[in-house]
Amino acid sequence: MREQVSREEETAHKSEIAKLRKSRTSIWNWPIIGRATIDACKKLNPLHLLGNPVMLVVELGAGVTTVLFVQELLGGRAGPKFFTGAVSVWLWFTVLFANFAEAMAEGRGKAQANTLRSMKHDTMAKRERDGRIEEVVSSDLRAGDIVRVDAGDAIPGDGDVIEGVAYVSEAAITGESAPVLKEPGTDIRSSVTGGTIIVSDWLRIRISANPGETFLDRMIALVEGAERQKTPNEIALNILLAAFTIIFLLAVGTVRPFVAYLGGTVTTTALVALLVCLIPTTIGGLLSAIGIAGMDRLVQRNVLAMSGKAVETAGDIDTLLLDKTGTITFGNRLASEFIPVGRHSEREIALAALQSSLADETPEGKSIVELAQRRGYAGATLKAGTELIPFRAETRMSGIEVDGRRIMKGAVDAVTRLAVDVPPDVERAATRIAMEGGTPLAVADDGEILGIIYLKDTVKPGIRAKFEEMRRAGIRTIMITGDNKLTAATIAAEAGVDDFVAEAKPEDKMQIIRDEQAQGRLVAMTGDGTNDAPALAQADVGVAMNSGTAAAKEAANMVDLDSDPTKLVEVVAVGKQMLMTRGALTTFSIANDVSKYFAILPAIFVGIYPQLAKMNVMRLSTPQSAILSAVIFNALIIIALVPLALRGVTYRAAPAGQILRGNLLIYGAGGIIAPFVGIKLIDLLLVLLHLN
Amino acid sequence: MTVTVSGVVQIVLYFAVVLALTKPLGAYMQMVFEGRGRFAGRVFSPVERIIYRVFFVDDTAEMDWKRYAFSLLIFSALSMFAVYAILRAQGHLPLNPQGFPGASPHLAFNTAASFTTNTNWQSYAGESTMSYLSQMLALTVQNFLSAAVGIVVVIVLIRGFVRRTTTDLGNFWVDLTRAILWVLLPMSLVLALILVSQGVIQNFHGYTQLTTLEGAKQVLAMGPAASQVAIKQLGTNGGGFFNANSATPFENPTPFSNFIEAAAILLIPAGLTYTFGKMVGDTRQGWAIFAAMSVLFLAGAFFTYGAEQAGNPTLARLGVDQSYHTGQQASAGGNLEGKEVRFGIADSSIWAVATTDASNGSVNSMLDSYTPLGGLIPLFNMELGEVVFGGVGSGLYGMLVFAIISVFIAGLMIGRTPEYLGKKIGPKEMKLAAIYFLITSSMMLLLTAVAVSVRQGRAGPLNAGAHGFTEILYAFSSAAGNNGSAFAGLNANTSFYDTSLGISMLVARFLPIVAILALAGSLARKKKVPETAATLPTNSALFVGFLVGVVIIVGGLTFFPALALGPIAEHFLVHAGVLS
Repeated sequence: MREQVSREEETAHKSEIAKLRKSRTSIWNWPIIGRATIDACKKLNPLHLLGNPVMLVVELGAGVTTVLFVQELLGGRAGPKFFTGAVSVWLWFTVLFANFAEAMAEGRGKAQANTLRSMKHDTMAKRERDGRIEEVVSSDLRAGDIVRVDAGDAIPGDGDVIEGVAYVSEAAITGESAPVLKEPGTDIRSSVTGGTIIVSDWLRIRISANPGETFLDRMIALVEGAERQKTPNEIALNILLAAFTIIFLLAVGTVRPFVAYLGGTVTTTALVALLVCLIPTTIGGLLSAIGIAGMDRLVQRNVLAMSGKAVETAGDIDTLLLDKTGTITFGNRLASEFIPVGRHSEREIALAALQSSLADETPEGKSIVELAQRRGYAGATLKAGTELIPFRAETRMSGIEVDGRRIMKGAVDAVTRLAVDVPPDVERAATRIAMEGGTPLAVADDGEILGIIYLKDTVKPGIRAKFEEMRRAGIRTIMITGDNKLTAATIAAEAGVDDFVAEAKPEDKMQIIRDEQAQGRLVAMTGDGTNDAPALAQADVGVAMNSGTAAAKEAANMVDLDSDPTKLVEVVAVGKQMLMTRGALTTFSIANDVSKYFAILPAIFVGIYPQLAKMNVMRLSTPQSAILSAVIFNALIIIALVPLALRGVTYRAAPAGQILRGNLLIYGAGGIIAPFVGIKLIDLLLVLLHLN
Repeated sequence: MTVTVSGVVQIVLYFAVVLALTKPLGAYMQMVFEGRGRFAGRVFSPVERIIYRVFFVDDTAEMDWKRYAFSLLIFSALSMFAVYAILRAQGHLPLNPQGFPGASPHLAFNTAASFTTNTNWQSYAGESTMSYLSQMLALTVQNFLSAAVGIVVVIVLIRGFVRRTTTDLGNFWVDLTRAILWVLLPMSLVLALILVSQGVIQNFHGYTQLTTLEGAKQVLAMGPAASQVAIKQLGTNGGGFFNANSATPFENPTPFSNFIEAAAILLIPAGLTYTFGKMVGDTRQGWAIFAAMSVLFLAGAFFTYGAEQAGNPTLARLGVDQSYHTGQQASAGGNLEGKEVRFGIADSSIWAVATTDASNGSVNSMLDSYTPLGGLIPLFNMELGEVVFGGVGSGLYGMLVFAIISVFIAGLMIGRTPEYLGKKIGPKEMKLAAIYFLITSSMMLLLTAVAVSVRQGRAGPLNAGAHGFTEILYAFSSAAGNNGSAFAGLNANTSFYDTSLGISMLVARFLPIVAILALAGSLARKKKVPETAATLPTNSALFVGFLVGVVIIVGGLTFFPALALGPIAEHFLVHAGVLS
């Protein structure tokens, strides 16, 4: 009964995650847009804009023109009512659009957070206290408490397994449906995450995080953007934008005395419009949305970063340190040879191995089937009445029972224990394989040992392409392995890493990182073991596998929930995208100013010098229409670029010069040309509607 | 826009000479400031040692940016006070054959500020105000010292890029001594002698009276001019010995003297780009900066030249032929008003553009008489921050600030924390860069706004309307840009203009210098990031183009409204046949 409930829960989680992923891909999620619209209005509170000087200036400007409009409307002041009113409305829209962009980004994050939070509902936990077991609410658990969980229970908090062996479904966190094995005393399989579900057996767990500090809590805080701290790059950009704002305040603020000297006048509304059009509102309005959306994209890739700074640093990485085993290679897992023992033939062991593996879904099992087929022993089928004997952590073997015979495969010592007679070449073959860095697997038919399967380290398919991509992005890869130099060199060449360190002890990683850093390089590394922790802390970007120990996760500044060590390529891309999007929109924003000058300056100066009408290169219909068109364009471009801000500028690994050329062409040259076209079109529309 | 073959040849030849001298001079200056090599050890050290002993300088002591800035400011303050004192007391001092009285307090303040800031704005006429002692001891000495100050600041900034994880940036007194002793003095000596050979005067005689052919009496001013003219050109100072500056034959007698005086304007600033490349260990970095400057220089030179050669549209409307002719009815054509016929349009345009690209206030023609567009370029050059070669030292450090801003934007666009020459550009660098370019542009715009708003300011310009506005805008752009050239047409020796211009010169010189030194300090403390495929190449044509774009757009956007009301408005007015 209990099992059934947990299955249902699990299915529910999975479908929720699927829904979530779908919503992430589409910008047009109407509920989020609806909520963002409301939030955009709430964010009009000037206190909210204090950290954003550009938009603050826009809001103040909107306030000024609105006051003027009201004065004109009530007759206390002469002026072009319609024009002042229209400019005011569009200035408010400018602020609202910027707020909307931020609210959209936050809304998308919140949607994720809500899904995560739904798993966080308090569960009952069985806490061990003074030798007795008491039921407590999971939120009452503290670090150091010991709890027991049985099949079907939700794990009440983050912790380390101290006793028991069991399968746990982490689908809720990682989206991966296959349950993973948890047992004490290993670096990579001992840590569990709150909210995940134990699907077999039982575990005793020592809780490692206080309520509010768990993994899930941090993840929620992160995607909601609540704890978002500005990165150094963002701060530097803000300074530049503030400087531009001050410059344009000067440029526009001095216009009135200049014009007065020349005997003319210029309305405050026109000057406010000019100011708002010149200051970098496009990037100013989208800046925080870019940051929030970047973190959101990272979480979509199942990576949890402790800070935005870590993500941006990932974009700067020069050197990547990788363990060979489990990262570059599958780690002693694929069958490469059948070695018959005693008087048995290769055919006998191959057929037995094939039969025992037909229903085995593990990578090892699949590789055995493949190898047998390659060697020409295909065609075996499972006979009716075959019973499967699943792999169990205690027995360390699996197999089938058919016609009363048991065909087993597994660890050599475990299988030989079943055997009546152990031929001497078993020991010899197993030793040879172990010496070469592989794993021997013994196969026995009803207590008769047929031979050994050689499970060999194999380079993961596609890894070469990933390393090539890194090379194009300017990242040097270094493989670290305990293997001898020859084996290491072979694997290194096969995988296409730039460099390798052979016969390395775990503590060597630290030294390698320090050496690289001494040369000014930024180093990233992935790790999962407790002995990786110091190196993870020393590295500029340390990515811990979710399957790793609590110590490793604590030391790292990112955790990969999928435990995929090559995920760093994607993290690098997200980090770069965040910067690129900001840079591209800054360029676009400043480039826009050229056309806005040509729209607005002739409009406000034509009263003093009619000859300056020649500067009206866009042939805008009237001065008021020219100013209004520029203001409308300036507001609409923010909303038009929201999808780009949320998705990020496309990043492809390529030399820096090439990327710059491409982006300059699109956002620099495009930024100069686009508003000429846009402003002209809006002006034509205003003429068409007789609003000019 | 009109061009002639001879005009193009002159501009190209001028640029070729600057280009040819850039590398040897740059390499020499690198040796001077890095103090290595046998030559430096054998020739430089013995002389320097004596100087250091006399002034109690420990030449091995390194300074951090704060001490460096403190020494520089104290030194400049003392310099300024000395000039002020000499000018005020001039009536009681020797070498004053004409018996000039001491300068008024506001003129003495303005001139002292002007010469210690390497501006050389002159609210006075040399031959009717300054004694020979004032010219030599106060003004010429400052021409050397203020130029040396500019050079050492850029050397410190370069050290900021070169050095890593240190606070040591060199020793101000050593750098200053070397800049004067091994760069400015020998070059000035050679140039002064060449100028004397061409007829530039150098004497202590009293003014000479002579009778002209028409029988009129005329007074000819005399004095030690050549020694001051040489450094005024080389040190991007520009303060003329005589009021007419390099338009008078006593300062600039022949086309040859004109050519080398013009070349001298850009020599050290151009050479420093090579010094920069050499010091950072990649001469292509230096050439990239040189290339960006060259693009802006050539564009400006051809634009102004083209505008002037095209002539005055008002005269054209009256049927005056202003086109270029050869043969029997040979005519230079174009707008020759305010230009020396000895030099013609091309050489006048080169001079006008080079002096405002650099921060050299000298003139050989009157900018007030240029066509609106021809005169726009000198104004625009100063408003860009005089970074096209620029003042000695100051031009390069200004351009490097633009390079930092460019690198920042470009760095973001390639998805990497921006870095320039291996140094990461973070919030602190951006803050200092922002301060740097905000100070200059705000001084230019705000003080112009004040001047056009108050009675004393409005009284200044000779002309009404757009042209008068340009005269005021030009004065403050020149002062805050530490240029010193005058558009003319502005009566600036009033207490309002002397004081406001003097303040803007001081603020716009020393605050940016402190920002640059702080920037150097911040950069030197950083580690150096090695270059990878992901590093933005800052020695490529693409980056040069981007840098040029940033200089024009950032400079242009700030001043576009002001320029539209000044020269641009005037241009359209003149073409529409409206005269004011």
